[in-house]
Amino acid sequence: MQYIPNILFLIALVAGIGYFIKNCKKIYRNIKLGKEIGEIDNKSLRMNNVIRIALGQSKMTVRPIAGLLHIIVYVGFIIINIEVLEIIIDGLFGTHRIFAGMGSLYNVLIASFEILALLVLVSVILFWIRRNIIKIRRFWKPEMKGWPKNDANYILYFEMLLMSLFLIMNAADQQLQLLGAEHYIKAGYFPVSSWLLPLFDNFSETTLIIIERSAWWLHILGILIFLNYLYFSKHLHILLAFPNVYYGKITPKGKLPNLQSVTNEVQLMMDPNADPFAAPPEGQETPEKFGASDVTDLTRVQLLNAYTCTECGRCTDNCPANLTGKKLSPRKIMMATRDRLEEIGKNIDKNGTFKPDDKQLLDDYISREELWACTTCNACVEACPVSIDPLSIIMDMRLYLVMEQSAAPQELNIAMTNIENNGAPWPYNQMDRLNWKNED
Amino acid sequence: MSETIKVPTMAEYMAQGKQPEVLFWVGCAGSFDDRAKKITKAFVKLLNNAGVEFAVLGTEESCTGDPAKRAGNEFLFQMQAMMNIQVLNGYEIKKIVTACPHCFNTLKNEYPDLGGNYQVLHHTQFLKILLEEGRLKVEGGKFKGKRITYHDPCYLGRANGEYEAPRDLLKKLEAELIEMKRCKSKGLCCGAGGAQMFKEAEPGDKEIFIERTEEALQTKPETIVAGCPFCNTMITDGVKFKEKQDEINVLDIAEMIANAENL
Repeated sequence: MQYIPNILFLIALVAGIGYFIKNCKKIYRNIKLGKEIGEIDNKSLRMNNVIRIALGQSKMTVRPIAGLLHIIVYVGFIIINIEVLEIIIDGLFGTHRIFAGMGSLYNVLIASFEILALLVLVSVILFWIRRNIIKIRRFWKPEMKGWPKNDANYILYFEMLLMSLFLIMNAADQQLQLLGAEHYIKAGYFPVSSWLLPLFDNFSETTLIIIERSAWWLHILGILIFLNYLYFSKHLHILLAFPNVYYGKITPKGKLPNLQSVTNEVQLMMDPNADPFAAPPEGQETPEKFGASDVTDLTRVQLLNAYTCTECGRCTDNCPANLTGKKLSPRKIMMATRDRLEEIGKNIDKNGTFKPDDKQLLDDYISREELWACTTCNACVEACPVSIDPLSIIMDMRLYLVMEQSAAPQELNIAMTNIENNGAPWPYNQMDRLNWKNED
Repeated sequence: MSETIKVPTMAEYMAQGKQPEVLFWVGCAGSFDDRAKKITKAFVKLLNNAGVEFAVLGTEESCTGDPAKRAGNEFLFQMQAMMNIQVLNGYEIKKIVTACPHCFNTLKNEYPDLGGNYQVLHHTQFLKILLEEGRLKVEGGKFKGKRITYHDPCYLGRANGEYEAPRDLLKKLEAELIEMKRCKSKGLCCGAGGAQMFKEAEPGDKEIFIERTEEALQTKPETIVAGCPFCNTMITDGVKFKEKQDEINVLDIAEMIANAENL
C-alpha cells in the first residue's frame, strides 16, 4: 500500500510524457509534408544565431519592457526546471527533498527558485494586464479573436497557478519543518514563501501535510498538463524557437531565391544551339507547380515557422500595410499556415492518408487581397524575435498566382508587359533610355 | 554651374579598347522618371567632378526584373536577369554602382546565382569611398545647420544592412539630422516596394506614403532626404498631399551634395 503514491506518480509521468511525445511525432510528420530543403550551409553561423537570438533573446529586448519581462519568465522557466528534477526523483522513490544533501548550495538553489518564482508571477500578471487591461493594440487585431486570445490567457493563468502552487508548497513545507514533522527534513531557505507563513499559523500538522501534498501533486500534474497543452497552443516556441532560428534565413533579407526550374527553361530559350523540339533530358522533371497554393507546396522550414509562431504580433505591428488598415497581417499568414497544416494533419489521422477536402491555403485561409498588399519591405522578418519569415510565404503564393493562374492585378500585368516589351515597367522605348543625358 | 555633363557609354569605351573604373547602372526610374532623372544627373555631376571614369549601358540597359520578381513573375525576372548578365559579362563588368536600392539589391543578391558576379555598390556607398579617398569634397555649404531627416529605403537598409553610408555623407554636409522614430532597421516603408509602385494600394484607411510623410514632418525638417528614386516619389507625393511642398524639399543625397558644391 505504501507504494501507491509512487506508482500513481509513475503512471502520471509516463502518461504525460508519452502523450507529449506522441504529439511531437505528429508535428514532425506534419512538417515533413513540406518540401525538402537543400543542404544546410554555414552551420557555425547558424549555431551562433541560435545562441544569440534564441538562447540570448537578442531580438526580444528591441521592446525593452516586454523584452525584460519575457527574459524573467524565460530564465525562471529554465532554472525552476532543476526543481522539477527533484520533484520527479522524490515522486518516483518516495523521498523528500532528495537534493537537500547539497547543504548550503541547496539553500541557495531553493532561495533562487523562490525569488524567480515571485518574479515570474509578477511578470506574468503584468503580461496579463498588458493584454487585457491596457489592451495593447497588437493583441487585439482581428486574427486574435476567440481561441488565440483565450489561448494566450490560459497560458498566463497556467503560469500564475504553477508559481503559486510552488510557493504554497514551500510555505507549508517550511511550517512542517518548524513543527518538526516526521519526513519533513530541515532543508532549504525560503525568502519568499516565509511571508506566507502567518496564513498557516494555527493549522494542524495533518492539515499542513494535506496542503503541502496537494500543492506538490497539483504542481507536478500542472507541469505535465502544461507540457501537453503546448501542442494545442501557440506556446510551442519555447521548444521550436531553437531549431527555427537554426534553419532561419542567413542571406541578406533582400535576397529572394531563384527558381532552378525556371533557370533551366530560360537557359534553354537563350541557347542558340538548343533544339526546340527535343524531348526533355532524362531525369529532368517538369516541376509540379510554381509557387504555393497550399501548405504542402511550402518548404519544411516555412512549416516549422508556422508551428514556432507564438502570435506575439511584432511582425503585424511593424507591417506598413497593416498599420494603414489593409487586411494583410503577417502574423495571420503564419496562423493560417499552421491552421491549414493541422487540418491536413487531422485529415491524415482520420483517413490514414490525405483525403482531398476541396480546400487550400489560398483563398480558403489567405485571400489574394492580403497577398497583394505586401510591399516586401521585410519589416515583419526584421521584427520576429525567432527568425520567422512570413514574407517568403507571401512571395511563394504570389508566384503561384502569377505563374500558374496569371492572376496578377491588371495594373501589374501592364507593368510586366512593359518590362517584357521595352525593358522598363513604364511604356517608354528602350532606345530612349539615355535621352536624359541631353535634356535640361 | 557647369552645364555639360559627360556620360560615356560602355560601347564607346569598348570602341576605344578601354575599361571604365565602374559601371553606373541608371535603372528605369533614373532613366525615365522626370524626378529621378534629376537624381541621375546630380550623381553624374559628382562622378564627373571627382574624375571617376564611369560608363553607362545606355540603350543596352534593361529592367533588372525586380518588380517582376516581387510581383510573382519569376520567369520574366530571370529572362531580364539573363539578358542583362549577357550584356554585363560581355563587357567584362566588375564593379557596378547604382542610385536605385532595388536595382542594387537585385544585382547584388539575385544575379550571382544566375552567373552575374559583380561588386555592386549603392551610390551612397560609392560616394563615401570617393570621399574617403579624397576624390570628392563634401562640405556643409547651404545645408549647414539645416534641419533634415533621412528616410531609410527598405532595400538598402533592412534588405542589405546599409544604414551608415548615407548618414556619414549627411554628417559631412553638417546638416542637423533629426531621426524619425521609426528609422534604420525599424524604418517604415514608403509604400512603393514589392511592385506596389505600379498599382493602386489595397483598401485600407490610409496610404502608406502619407503615414511615412507625416512621421517625417513630425521632425519639422527643411529637407527630407531619401536614397531611392521610388521613396523620393512617394514622399514627394506625401509632402504635396500635406501641402508643404513650398516649405519642404525632398532630395536625394546625391542631389544634396551636388547642390552644396554648386555643381
